[in-house]
Amino acid sequence: MKTGRPTWTKTLVGGLIWGGGAVFVSLVGMVEAFSARQIILGVISLGHLLLLLIGVGSGFQAARRGSEGTRAALGRGLLAGAAAGAVPAAFIVLGIAVNLRGMFVSASPVLFDFLSFGRGSGGVPIVIATSAAAGLAGAAATLLPPGVRAPLVNGVAMTLVVGLFQELLQILLQQGTVQTAMREFIFTPDGLPPRGAAIVFLLTAGVTALWRARRAAVGGWVLRRSAPQQRLLRLMALALALGAVLLLPVVGGLFISQVLVLVGLYALMGLGLNLEVGFAGLLDLGFVAFFAIGAYTVGLLTSTGEHGLVHWSFWAAVPVALVVSLISGVLFGLPILRIRGDYLAIATLGFGEIIRLLALSDALRPWFGGSQGVLFIPKPTIGSFEFSGPMQIYYLTLISGALIAFVAARLRDSRLGRAWMALREDEDVAEAMGINLVNVKLLAYGIGGAFAGMGGAIFAVLLGSIFPHSFNLLISINVLALIIVGGMGSLPGVVVGSLFLIGLPELLREFSDFRFLLYGAALIIMMQLRPEGLWPSAAVRRELRKEEAPAAITAEPVAAERGAEA
Amino acid sequence: MQRGPLRRLSFVDLYLWGVRISVLAVVLWGSFGTFQADCPSALTLCDFKSKYAADVWLDFIVFGLSQGSVYALIALGYTMVYGILRMINFAHGEIFMSGAYTAYYVAAALGRSGFLNRNPLVSLAVVLVVGMAISTAIALILERVAYRPLRRAPRLVPLISAIGASFFLQYTFRGFFGSGFQAYPEWQIFKGEWAIGGVGILRTQAVVITASVLLMMALYIFVMRTKTGTAMRAVSEDLEVAALMGINVDRVIVVTFGIGAAAAGAAGVLYALVFKQVHFFMGFNPGIKAFTAAVLGGIGNIPGAMVGGLFLGLFESVGPILFLEGLRVPGIYPTGIPAPYQLKDVIAFTMLVMVLIFRPSGILGERLATKKA
Repeated sequence: MKTGRPTWTKTLVGGLIWGGGAVFVSLVGMVEAFSARQIILGVISLGHLLLLLIGVGSGFQAARRGSEGTRAALGRGLLAGAAAGAVPAAFIVLGIAVNLRGMFVSASPVLFDFLSFGRGSGGVPIVIATSAAAGLAGAAATLLPPGVRAPLVNGVAMTLVVGLFQELLQILLQQGTVQTAMREFIFTPDGLPPRGAAIVFLLTAGVTALWRARRAAVGGWVLRRSAPQQRLLRLMALALALGAVLLLPVVGGLFISQVLVLVGLYALMGLGLNLEVGFAGLLDLGFVAFFAIGAYTVGLLTSTGEHGLVHWSFWAAVPVALVVSLISGVLFGLPILRIRGDYLAIATLGFGEIIRLLALSDALRPWFGGSQGVLFIPKPTIGSFEFSGPMQIYYLTLISGALIAFVAARLRDSRLGRAWMALREDEDVAEAMGINLVNVKLLAYGIGGAFAGMGGAIFAVLLGSIFPHSFNLLISINVLALIIVGGMGSLPGVVVGSLFLIGLPELLREFSDFRFLLYGAALIIMMQLRPEGLWPSAAVRRELRKEEAPAAITAEPVAAERGAEA
Repeated sequence: MQRGPLRRLSFVDLYLWGVRISVLAVVLWGSFGTFQADCPSALTLCDFKSKYAADVWLDFIVFGLSQGSVYALIALGYTMVYGILRMINFAHGEIFMSGAYTAYYVAAALGRSGFLNRNPLVSLAVVLVVGMAISTAIALILERVAYRPLRRAPRLVPLISAIGASFFLQYTFRGFFGSGFQAYPEWQIFKGEWAIGGVGILRTQAVVITASVLLMMALYIFVMRTKTGTAMRAVSEDLEVAALMGINVDRVIVVTFGIGAAAAGAAGVLYALVFKQVHFFMGFNPGIKAFTAAVLGGIGNIPGAMVGGLFLGLFESVGPILFLEGLRVPGIYPTGIPAPYQLKDVIAFTMLVMVLIFRPSGILGERLATKKA
């Protein structure tokens, strides 16, 4: 968009903005919370890494914008990095001189100690110098040829990931002699030591370099196989992936299974909402209502407590829960058939809140238990096998997830699916093409609701009790965020989004405090940089990328406004 | 769409009529029951007598009006931004919260130094101005960062960005100031009641109503009488033609966001005067309700937002007592709904959904439902 080189003042301002970001993450409490997690033992913690990455980012951006000679690019990186360091440096001086803690809860002496490397105001030059060096490194990264940059970046990234998830990896490598040997080779019981980090870095960089050199050869080898052989290869890869997925809870243990079940439940809801938002373009902010309806149906039908109605088994209750949430989806969809766009979002938000408030109210307490919820929901059993904990329920989630994903995929490619997409693109045109808007919309709400109801049913038996507080708006936002991050309308995107947005914060407890802060930021950034999501569906990608091309033609009013500004 | 009055009556229409009639029935039956306080059973007719005395009803009404005037102030921001950009600023509730929350620190400092009660009006003005300034600043940053780059994107895109901004702001404030409630300092002179026309009215509520009416008048005059206000109206009428007429559309949009946010910031401080505490999540409910108010009055319509806000506040305050407390259902609720005040938000949300379904153009709005919404 912008041609011509930015002035050095702009580079400076850009650096200062990055520095403002550093102060922001400090004030919001992230730096301090992250400082406890060592990425490389004794070398760097996640808190410092975050600040360092801000420096690198400022330099990278400054050098990228410049697109000029090596020396100028490095100079820009240095300037931007120094500017990015100057802001937190000023913040340190201010924080030590004035007590900010009366207002900002995170502005504690511990924070300033951490920011200034334990040197107080004397740490200011070090902060600026470190940040400038990081900026320089960021600028240098833009200048490297891709053959060097890719192994380097991959190596660093892999080291950081291994350091970040060292606890998880160590758990995974607990059993077996080979695994134990590997674990002891790389890790110490406390984390990733510098030696292990070096090994991981060299290994990843080497593999990347090798892969870059041999990629064409491997691809050619696969292409030269005959068709049945290729199919066999694909099947083998698939079987391998399936085996890994099946073995995960056995290898990972209770905690991992718990996280995976949560990921699965959100993926179930995501598949449902994806059908409404991604396929049919009906933005639904009250989606949690269906989840609640599914959970309450199973709870009320199976509970052995005071609110239990009939004490059915889980297997008998699930079809009822599916039907009830399907019908409630239709009933919920009926009145809002004629509402469009933004209004629809708000109306559905209202619906979701109404359901939650009703479940919470004393007026309906005799039936739904009010704020006490429904207790004593038995676990499902087959014969003498009981789905007693997350490790067993994982398989339940996996099977229902696979079934629902299959249904969703078939629906997408069906006549109904095409009708939904037409509806998403343009309601009036779709109607003119002979699509029955009423049926199509109601089916979207109903089926989407049933998917979420399935998730709710599993949720009820997972916890063994349900409370209205579990069904607040934040769940809807979670689900919305995950399908947007994954890619609207894309089925693998739902899984990817769920892994990223639900799995990551559960695995990294430090993050879970900042979960919604990061989601919010992710939604804003995604909408600008990658509105199609991480794993977009083909249609959405085509549409969104196409819109960028004619932007140059329709940009006249923008240009006029720009002119008026200047 | 040409439709005969009865010939094309679909089941959707029937369903919608069913919804209308049942809500109306609940309202009528509930209000009727409320005025039958002494009755032994729901199905006998007794003397017309309410459970509450007239001054209790008046208290509810005044409370509703003060609440409603706060909603009206917030609703102005929604309505003006929607009028110009056809976009729901989902983060407007958080703009409201940010002003109130930041101004709390000023109010608390004034309270500690004793200035607050020595010069109550000056300090109220200071706190209001701080709240307005912070809200405006945040709204302008938000517009620049989250909305402006998306002005030409498909419709869902800015809305999702706004939802993201809303949560980002909430959790930013949670990170900055902690997750607890903070108690707003109390103004000594606003304690107790004033007798106005022989009726006792809580002073805080009188202050809130007066301040918001003054602010709304100022805003109305600004929009109707100044050059910038005229430009705003022109842009909301037709953005492209206004640009051709030499209006700097970007500037007008920024001014609109700023003014709406200033009103929301002031509303936040007034809200905190009534409820005496602030919290990072406090913006959500008033935000949604103010949006309801804006739709109720006809979105894009400034007097409409004011009327809608007052109406909604009144409804929400009187509603639980009037409709629900006396709602006797033989066999289930022989003496009316228990704890009806828990359901006050249900009333507000039901109103929101009903307005969106049945009259998306609002009370005062023109028919723009399908074209612009």
